[in-house]
Amino acid sequence: MEKKENELVDFVVTARKYKTTLTTKYKNRKVWQKPFIGDVISHLPGTIVKLEVQPGQEVKAGDLLLIHQAMKMYNRVVAPVNGTVAELNVTEGEQIPKDHLMVKIEPK
Amino acid sequence: MTDLSKNIQALREKKAVVEMGGGEKAIEKQIAMGKLTARDRILSLLDKNSFHEYDLFVKHDGRDFGMDKKDLPGDGVVTGTGTIFGAPVCIYAQDFTVAGGSLGLQHARKITKIMDHALKMKCPIIGINDSGGARIQEGVGALAGYGEIFYRNTIASGVIPQISLILGPCAGGAVYSPALTDFVFVVENISKMFITGPNVIKTVLGEDISMEDLGGARVHAETTGNAHFYALSEQECFEQVKRLITFIPWNNEHRAKSFEPKEPCTNLNIENVVPVDPKQPYDVRDVIRCIADDSDFLEIQEMWAANIVIGFGRMGGETVGFVANQPMVLAGVLDCDSADKAARFIRFCDSFNIPIITLEDMPGYLPGVDQEHAGVIRHGAKVLYAYSEATVPKITVILRKAYGGGYIAMNSRHLGADFMFAWPTAEIAVMGPEGAANIIFRKEIMEAEDQDAMRQEKVKEYIEKFANPYVAASRGFIDSVIEPKETRALLLHALKLSVLKEEYRPAKKHGLPPF
Repeated sequence: MEKKENELVDFVVTARKYKTTLTTKYKNRKVWQKPFIGDVISHLPGTIVKLEVQPGQEVKAGDLLLIHQAMKMYNRVVAPVNGTVAELNVTEGEQIPKDHLMVKIEPK
Repeated sequence: MTDLSKNIQALREKKAVVEMGGGEKAIEKQIAMGKLTARDRILSLLDKNSFHEYDLFVKHDGRDFGMDKKDLPGDGVVTGTGTIFGAPVCIYAQDFTVAGGSLGLQHARKITKIMDHALKMKCPIIGINDSGGARIQEGVGALAGYGEIFYRNTIASGVIPQISLILGPCAGGAVYSPALTDFVFVVENISKMFITGPNVIKTVLGEDISMEDLGGARVHAETTGNAHFYALSEQECFEQVKRLITFIPWNNEHRAKSFEPKEPCTNLNIENVVPVDPKQPYDVRDVIRCIADDSDFLEIQEMWAANIVIGFGRMGGETVGFVANQPMVLAGVLDCDSADKAARFIRFCDSFNIPIITLEDMPGYLPGVDQEHAGVIRHGAKVLYAYSEATVPKITVILRKAYGGGYIAMNSRHLGADFMFAWPTAEIAVMGPEGAANIIFRKEIMEAEDQDAMRQEKVKEYIEKFANPYVAASRGFIDSVIEPKETRALLLHALKLSVLKEEYRPAKKHGLPPF
């Protein structure tokens, strides 16, 4: 089995270091990063059907930013916070992948 | 020719036609893919001359879209009864050579009939899956067929053992039958299991992935945990199924078959297997080999969540289930996957009258945001639930570490363990000494001139005081501190004493395990 080829590493559980091997799944786990409150990220790949804001525009939480077509649905993407549109990284008709930063809002 | 022999001749001819399934060409194709035909698979699994086929002459239902002009021998599935090492089983195998093994209503009805039969006769049911999915031409009839199978899988759950072999594609809704069964077998390059296939994923998400990478045998054995046994060939898979059958009972009212008791045959010395230093790893399966009859251990889900080891062995000739933390992998921590793996196995053992032996050596739960956010609370709770709920004999041996929540979870006295043994190397405490000293002596350590030296001293103090089995023993939380060499004899003793164990629970419709 692969375990045999795996090297022993130090692995800390409640302040004590153990010698052990790691699993592929553990090594491949996603390291968490604090999300920025004003980032509007695509959760699915799709097409930007309509843009409703311009860079620099002030928005309120809940305001419609754009329509994102994905999974055969027109999804309304709204502002997560009150603030200003600092970045607009998409254009109408553009196809975007998953996890794409579509809009960045500078919170007020 | 007499009339009777004419009739017999006609029957034989009819049978011969249907038994050819999709015909020579289709069979050649099947074999070229490295697969056996449905009938050959059944014959390879069952005892010689024991197979009796049912419903050979069933005709398919759907008559639309030109299906009325087609002849689908046996409607694409072979069903029947037979024995494995003398144990009765009901069995079905989808025939990929007939319309791609696609499932129509009559195909499903043949399956549900043999499932009903298994439930009535109280014997295991084995399903061999090799199908392109629902027969689209039959529309909702095919969906009804799936639903009727899933319903029976659920009703039969915990009554008769259910075994699924994935020997070909098994996609879309079809995957839920194997998922509802107790043991799923996969074979490299042959098994493909997924809900949505590569094409849909590519269209919708733009993710380009092969069938093998998405839902091949290895993926399910290693990453998803959907498979319990992984083999490199169909023949190896059949051997695994047969071996499993020897360890499990026919149904929930019986015990597994007894074998001649045998002493362990390993060269390993149990005293040398486990390092005294709790930080050093070892393979806990070596401990199992030191105590199980003939050192024989059938591991389940070997490649997935390897930080916990589960499987069957025998003690004094009787089947037992082993659950053991594996210090070799991730230090043996509990996490979402290992909790899930252990809990389901414990519940299988409990349903089928198999005593559970727990070998404990674990530092706690896997720390990490991904774990917390993946719901390790809910998943971890499954282990507590499964152990507490189980009424089969439950025996624990604490080899080294038993810290905190992990100590409670791993079949502690507090969850109803019948026998609690601990080796002298056991450390039963709220957490590891370093962590505990940092908290208890925080002030002393902060105020000391040489903080590291003070910390070391306090860790040592804690180890002397708490990192042993005697504090727990002084409360009666463990029954006896034993020498490693006594382990097998005491386990045999405990099992003998619990043969007549009875334990009752309040009447209820069913519990609500956190799954």
